[in-house]
Amino acid sequence: MSVDIKDIIKPENLVYKKSSVLTDNVMHYCPGCSHGVAAKLIAEVIEELGIQREVIAIAPVGCSVLLYNYLQVDWQEAAHGRAPALGTAVKRLRPDRYVVTYQGDGDLAAIGTAETIHACNRGENILMIFINNGIYGMTGGQMAPTTLEGMKASTCPFGRDLEHDGNPLKITELIAQLPGTCYVTRQSVHTAAAVRKTKKAIIKGFQNQKAEKGTSFIEIVSTCSSGWKLTPAQSNKWMEEHMFPFYPLGDIKDR
Amino acid sequence: MKEIRLMKGNEAIAEAAIRCGVDGYFGYPITPQSEVMETLMALQPWKTTGMVVLQAESETASINMLYGGAACGKKVMTSSSSPGISLMQEGMTYLAGAELPCVVANVVRGGPGLGTIQPAQSDYFQSVKGGGHGDYHLIVLAPASVQEMADFVELAFDLAFKYRNPALILSDGMIGQMMEKVEMKPYKPRWTNDEIEQMHPWATTGKPENRKYNIVTSLELDSARFEVFNEKLQRKYQQIRDNEVRYETFECDDAEYLLVAYGSSARICQKSIQLLREQGIKAGLLRPITLFPFPTKEINALASRVKGILSVEMSAGQLVEDVRLAVNGKVKVEHYGRCGGMIHSPEEVVEAVKQKIIGG
Repeated sequence: MSVDIKDIIKPENLVYKKSSVLTDNVMHYCPGCSHGVAAKLIAEVIEELGIQREVIAIAPVGCSVLLYNYLQVDWQEAAHGRAPALGTAVKRLRPDRYVVTYQGDGDLAAIGTAETIHACNRGENILMIFINNGIYGMTGGQMAPTTLEGMKASTCPFGRDLEHDGNPLKITELIAQLPGTCYVTRQSVHTAAAVRKTKKAIIKGFQNQKAEKGTSFIEIVSTCSSGWKLTPAQSNKWMEEHMFPFYPLGDIKDR
Repeated sequence: MKEIRLMKGNEAIAEAAIRCGVDGYFGYPITPQSEVMETLMALQPWKTTGMVVLQAESETASINMLYGGAACGKKVMTSSSSPGISLMQEGMTYLAGAELPCVVANVVRGGPGLGTIQPAQSDYFQSVKGGGHGDYHLIVLAPASVQEMADFVELAFDLAFKYRNPALILSDGMIGQMMEKVEMKPYKPRWTNDEIEQMHPWATTGKPENRKYNIVTSLELDSARFEVFNEKLQRKYQQIRDNEVRYETFECDDAEYLLVAYGSSARICQKSIQLLREQGIKAGLLRPITLFPFPTKEINALASRVKGILSVEMSAGQLVEDVRLAVNGKVKVEHYGRCGGMIHSPEEVVEAVKQKIIGG
């Protein structure tokens, strides 16, 4: 006897459902991209904590910007790199609201370095989520501040040369040094276990905000299959073999 | 009873901001306007009205803090001087593109570059023609006294919210630093969060169940839709041109020669007109109070009645271009002005009228 789709989607057979915070829009993210999972996790956490009414989210420039098409919370779209400045003002003017910024590596660790460092150093009571895939996805695969040594990108086609291009930036370790941050962690979403850990981290980020502990900062080491020119499966493997040794997973600070 | 105080233009901005119910000020120090934030920090309005005051890490950050606050429907402002305002241009075009109301005060100093800390009016083009990228305008008010520095804060917010557009107060180091008596307005309460949600349904206040979620953005990847949006913006600017032109005339009724000047230069020109009239030369002044929208029709009408027009501005000649466009060749229009932080005397303006307009 064959089981067809109608049987599978019967209510009594459902073991998992889409978060009500997510829209029905088809995601533009490429197959194998980590953004979709990260977006789903944020939506699930907002739903589970029952804080949809209280969230103001800030989208940056890059692939992350279109997140506002997928999560049904009030959104502000910032100029490139400036999300932490927006978040600062929003939280100070609306301390009764949860503020979450969502930025990629070019946005957070290159053009927005000053805004990132100073928001964290002031200890703005917000949650910052940082998608690090070591490449500029939206603009077509250019070198990012977090591109690894030897890693190829369209603006370092022979691989990142430290002498010519400078070093990849471990901004998360840097941010952990700042007294304003209460929770700094590096996670990923490439396995079921990793997804669960990242979800816990996001929950903690929102809870820290409620407890007024300061800045929570979650880096999600991510894949960019299109930018890396690998299949989704190859991307996960490449991330484990190359990204994780340089960007090790785990909590860096938790107070 | 009236409350009259002696204060600097910069201090007047700070006092007026607290009194008219501003929610947040975000700034970065720069001469000659640092007294704005210094006054606010000394007054600590967060303990009284609840107004937030924050020193940002840069002008880039402060203008983007305005974006965040304005998108929440809050009354937010910043102030700076020319080099800092240049750094804010990215934020200004995003604010205009996202149709966010806010107020920016520019206490202008001489440029280009790091320039000088002395007063100038050389940021006119940047203020009225754009400054950042894209087809947009700011609403631009030009105070000519410390009283107007105070009054224009509230006026700028009224216009900014009426049209959902950033408004700029374009003053200079002279008005920012000089002291005059000011009649202070009584305190107005800040809007409550509930009032904001009622008045500004577009604001990101947290999504209630009964409305779709709000997105404040200037991004539209579909060009056809973005053209429609741009056309809507242009209709808004036309409405502003139709409804919000403000100007003042001085001794224009029988004038044979017209001076056009704004801000500090307009104050100097009033004295020049008195000197000219003592010498039997009938001169008058039109002072644009709004620089965008510009009093084009009013200047054009006066051009039909005078023999020549001198545009007076502390710059190498920027305002003069809009005066010429308004006059459209009817009479001769010349520019006079010191620049680089130098201030023309009333006598120098009198000489310029004689040399460039009457004798020229």
